[in-house]
Amino acid sequence: MQWGARRSYEAFSPERAGEVIALRSSERGPLIEILRDLQATFGYLDPAATPIVAEALNLSEAEVYGVISFYADFRTEPAGRRVLQICRAEACQAMGAEKLCAHARKRLGVDFGSTTPDGAITLLEVFCLGNCALSPAVLADGQLIGRVDDSTLDELIEAAELASR
Amino acid sequence: MSGLTTVFVPGDAAARSVGADAVAQRLETEAGRIGRQLRIVRNGSRGMLFLEPLVEVATEAGRLAYGPVAPEDVAGLVEAGMLDGGEHPLAHGLTEQIDYFARQTRLTFARVGLTDPLSFDDYEANGGLAGVRKALELTPEAIVAEVTDSGLRGRGGAGFPAGIKWRTVLGAPGKERLVCCNADEGDSGTFADRMLIEGDPFLLIEAMVIAGLAVAATEGYVYLRSEYPQAAAMLRAAIHLAHEHGLLGASVLGSDHAFDIFVRVGAGSYICGEETAMLESLEGRRGVVRAKPPLPAIAGLFGCPTIVNNVLTLAAVPEILAGGAAAYADLGTGRSRGTQVFQLAGNIRCGGIVETAFGVTLGGLVEGFGGGTASGRPIRAIQAGGPLGSYLPASELGLEMDYEAFSGADAMLGHGGIVVFDDTVDMGLQARFAMEFCAIESCGKCTPCRVGAVRGVEVIDKIRAGIEVEANLELLEDLCETMTDGSLCAMGGLTPQPVLSVLQHFGGDLVGARGGTN
Ligand SMILES: Cc1cc2nc3c(=O)[nH]c(=O)nc-3n(C[C@H](O)[C@H](O)[C@H](O)COP(=O)(O)O)c2cc1C
Ligand code: SF4
Ligand code: FES
Repeated sequence: MQWGARRSYEAFSPERAGEVIALRSSERGPLIEILRDLQATFGYLDPAATPIVAEALNLSEAEVYGVISFYADFRTEPAGRRVLQICRAEACQAMGAEKLCAHARKRLGVDFGSTTPDGAITLLEVFCLGNCALSPAVLADGQLIGRVDDSTLDELIEAAELASR
Repeated sequence: MSGLTTVFVPGDAAARSVGADAVAQRLETEAGRIGRQLRIVRNGSRGMLFLEPLVEVATEAGRLAYGPVAPEDVAGLVEAGMLDGGEHPLAHGLTEQIDYFARQTRLTFARVGLTDPLSFDDYEANGGLAGVRKALELTPEAIVAEVTDSGLRGRGGAGFPAGIKWRTVLGAPGKERLVCCNADEGDSGTFADRMLIEGDPFLLIEAMVIAGLAVAATEGYVYLRSEYPQAAAMLRAAIHLAHEHGLLGASVLGSDHAFDIFVRVGAGSYICGEETAMLESLEGRRGVVRAKPPLPAIAGLFGCPTIVNNVLTLAAVPEILAGGAAAYADLGTGRSRGTQVFQLAGNIRCGGIVETAFGVTLGGLVEGFGGGTASGRPIRAIQAGGPLGSYLPASELGLEMDYEAFSGADAMLGHGGIVVFDDTVDMGLQARFAMEFCAIESCGKCTPCRVGAVRGVEVIDKIRAGIEVEANLELLEDLCETMTDGSLCAMGGLTPQPVLSVLQHFGGDLVGARGGTN
């Protein structure tokens, strides 16, 4: 099994951010949708986007920041070239997810929430991917993979490292 | 044999997670090699996930199943005459006669795996739209009465009667009413919402239209978790097609009722499955739980009276309208009517979807359907009802799967997820994880939950390290009591359930971990 399609991102610019925000600013309660769009465009939420969003939606910057910090999906720094999410919830635990997590941490030399020094892979924990009958499961840049073992992880990691060289 | 052969290779995310795409590709290649033309349908999954990728070949006798098919099996299968139903060690005969499938009562999942999920014609040809057509002939009150009479209860966790909720919304004052589908499906061990949305998305759309007709709402929102990117894509595509075919839009199936559906994707938060936190999130705020009252049925999304129901609750409604409330209520037991979609997960040999009338036993599910553990080792524990559900020991396998029997055993059905663990599990770690998960996912509104869960992890660590075990066990029980009594919602309120169940049934794992000396 392979990584999902790699996403490419634009460099952050206030003008472009404004355009992305404008697409949805007339929707009802659009803040989270807008933040997601911004992250999909730039790969992360640049701190400079916060006041622009706040102004456009007539919110305080604190409110916008409060939302960004509440949700696990939002990141305020760019991720690595690949994002690997390993499920740590119960059905995956029952099939050895914790051992898999230990292997990933050791192999990558980083903990959950961090990116390898060469920028190849960001490692994240996730709680259930809806693949609990084919556990343990990971999401490799949007590609769901089931019945994962150490060697599946090694293959993914090697492919990502190779592509980063 | 000549002409076009129809082959089904599931496009469900779970099937794809074990290689279904590569299998489809290889089939195309191998068929080409022997000059056969294929029509490959990417159907939903039949729910027998242990057989995925499950390839089906349409023959005159019916659909024949082969699985689990690895990409490297394809050449041999084609050589063995699979495209004409040939014998092979991976062959299972007619799909619908496979025991696991034949013993189920498929109502909600009737079309999942059978049809092309994005074919509106397939949908209609297989019973789709009958419910909404019936609803269009009825008054809102009569639709609500059907749902009430069916005995349908919420499938998202709490089991609240759907008809009563709908009646409250219908009767609530307000210029606008809304329909909200909870597709946050955060419980580990559950995947039925996902499979339904990927496998039969028009069903959810039809259901929401009916809910709209029942309470005179013209807008529906689906709150779908971000961990399900494929379900989001399928649902959006289906909504687009539903507009084209007139199921959605200004005039639902030519009537003077309008209805539209918006998909909103979550952002990685378990608590946003709790209905009021979900409403906050839909309004673009932090997913902090609201105090009730007011109930969402009175003041829900954007302050409007709002139906909030789980995917499976809503998805049961078209069949209730089409087949009649009485037929639905005839299934089941006691106050648990109709079918429940159980999900067998974790360390289980035959994991997947089992839709059956209430009243089957836990053992009937995990052993009768599931075939015991995947590892072949003895079952040690079963967690039912998600991360807030109790851990049951193997001695409870006789428990009947209905709301009342489960609450009698201090357990809950929840969303129907059943997670099996074999005898290598350290139940002390499972208790710790319950607290850790609550600490990570707490919305932070109330202290017993926010602080209690963090303290819970610390106390369990001390017990496991053998530090003042007796005193810390007492502290843990006090902490659980405080969380149970003092939490605003079931996150903090029920996290003690798995912890206490470990103390009750597997206490040795907790204290025995590192010697457990005082
Ligand atoms: C912490 C927590 C998480 C929940 N997660 C979900 C969920 O993911 N999906 C769901 O349908 N209901 C979930 N619920 C239940 C909802 O609050 C609510 O009862 C349900 O959406 C109502 O729909 P129903 O009556 O159709 O079940 C959760 C409740 C709590 C307390
Ligand atoms: S119990 Fe926990 S999740 Fe629920 S409202 Fe309180 S702090 Fe929030
Ligand atoms: S628990 Fe890991 S996919 Fe559900």
